Amino acid sequence: MFLDDRDRAMLGGEHGEAAAIAMRLIVAAADAIDAPELLDISSAHVDSCLYHGQAGLDFAERLARAGGQVVVPTTLNVSSLDLLHPELNRGHPETAAKARRLMDCYVQMGCRPTWTCAPYQLADRPALGDQIAWGESNAIVFANSVLGARTERYGDFFDICCALTGRAPAIGLHTDPGRRATLGVRLDVPGDWLDDDLLYVALGHVLGRVAGTEVAVIIGLDERADEDRLKALGAAAASSGAVGMFHAVGVTPEGPTVAAATGGARLERTVSVDPSRLRQAIHELGSSAESLGAVSIGTPHASLRELETLAGLCLGRRTRVPFFVNTGRDVLAAAGSTTAAIEEFGATFVTDTCNYLTPMTDRQGGAVMTNSGKWAYYAPANIGVDVVMGSLVDCVESAVAGTVLNTGWAT
Amino acid sequence: MRALVAGRAEGPTVVLDEGLSLWGGFDPATGCIVDRSHPQHGECLTGAIVWMPHGRGSSSSSSVLAESIRLGTGPAGIVLAEPDHILVIGSLVADFLYGVTCPIWVADSPEWPAGR
Repeated sequence: MFLDDRDRAMLGGEHGEAAAIAMRLIVAAADAIDAPELLDISSAHVDSCLYHGQAGLDFAERLARAGGQVVVPTTLNVSSLDLLHPELNRGHPETAAKARRLMDCYVQMGCRPTWTCAPYQLADRPALGDQIAWGESNAIVFANSVLGARTERYGDFFDICCALTGRAPAIGLHTDPGRRATLGVRLDVPGDWLDDDLLYVALGHVLGRVAGTEVAVIIGLDERADEDRLKALGAAAASSGAVGMFHAVGVTPEGPTVAAATGGARLERTVSVDPSRLRQAIHELGSSAESLGAVSIGTPHASLRELETLAGLCLGRRTRVPFFVNTGRDVLAAAGSTTAAIEEFGATFVTDTCNYLTPMTDRQGGAVMTNSGKWAYYAPANIGVDVVMGSLVDCVESAVAGTVLNTGWAT
Repeated sequence: MRALVAGRAEGPTVVLDEGLSLWGGFDPATGCIVDRSHPQHGECLTGAIVWMPHGRGSSSSSSVLAESIRLGTGPAGIVLAEPDHILVIGSLVADFLYGVTCPIWVADSPEWPAGR
């Protein structure tokens, strides 16, 4: 692999011990995946701040002790702790203390304490063509697909190494050929289905299953696929598969046409997604429940617009079950008085983390309803709950009734 | 086979029918698959040579791999059908911190063992 003078200087320790460690790891990993060289990045999003055990803390403490400082603007993903609402944390105190030390290490290295899995909702998000290094699977697929910024699917450790060096392997989704669609996904449903939020979750779940690691181009969406719906689609696809990017004809910036998405090449295969496949997706994620124990929305973190919609739905009403709204601290601050209707409804805001990552609630009987494919995918194994899918409207109506109410095509 | 992370490993063969996200799909405390939707839910990977068609999902899988290597519950080695740098960086960091190697290879389909 070609290394320039600055890369070699970093390897040799001229930019400090932490940069040398980071560069050694980047070079070893880049060699493994046959990258020809490294490229400059303009920002990073670090997922490594979420506590998964001693190994992650050992690595962060090693880098911080070595004087590590990020050299590009770097945001931080969700952590294991809600610092704004510490009374919600129910985890073991020793684990919580280590999780806090991990968070402190990354702040010490110059990362911004944004604590959100939706950094694309922040004001200074990347733009079309920017080379970046992001962790967090849903953020990666959003950055590539919706923003047109360019990042590989960086894992924990890789993200901070890129941030400490400002460099990333010039391969895969960083390059034009790596962003070309090879798979077509043709949506074949009645037009009014595109008005339903759950359609995008179900489509994302199917996309992950059929695409694996391939870049797909979706045919059949239109301007109703707004950023919140594309967020839901991408998050579901990056859970059921290893999707790092998709195009949607007429919707995403690099896919105005199928030909633009494929770079003029023929699609290697095209799959059709019909109503029965979408119903099956919802069934796989969780479609029936005896009783309702709680509701959880905001995975990935709820946007300002989603909070405004929720506030309208809850106004003057009251939930009968615990109702969790995960969102970023910056979005919550920007929401201002919008939050009042949601709090009077009886909902609990969760910031800085997500309520499927960490024990937050005393165990409730009954299933948890969510509008998130990602939450539905991971919560059963992470926190041992049964899940039932519903749209945002279903979530609010079910919470008010205290029982599972499903409307629409998914039932 | 081509080595992504070089090393030697021995262990029983486990062939996964689908990709696995180690985060949310594998418990480093027990070494077993906890993804309920995975066809091999419940199977343990500790000490095995794990043939995995591809990674899946979360970018935290590198942390989970490193933690399982630290705990001694991880695979002895991993064979992939396509390169996955999320797993590669997890293995490299475990080697850097603890001096324990979990080698990773890429194998073409003719080299792939039959499933169960």
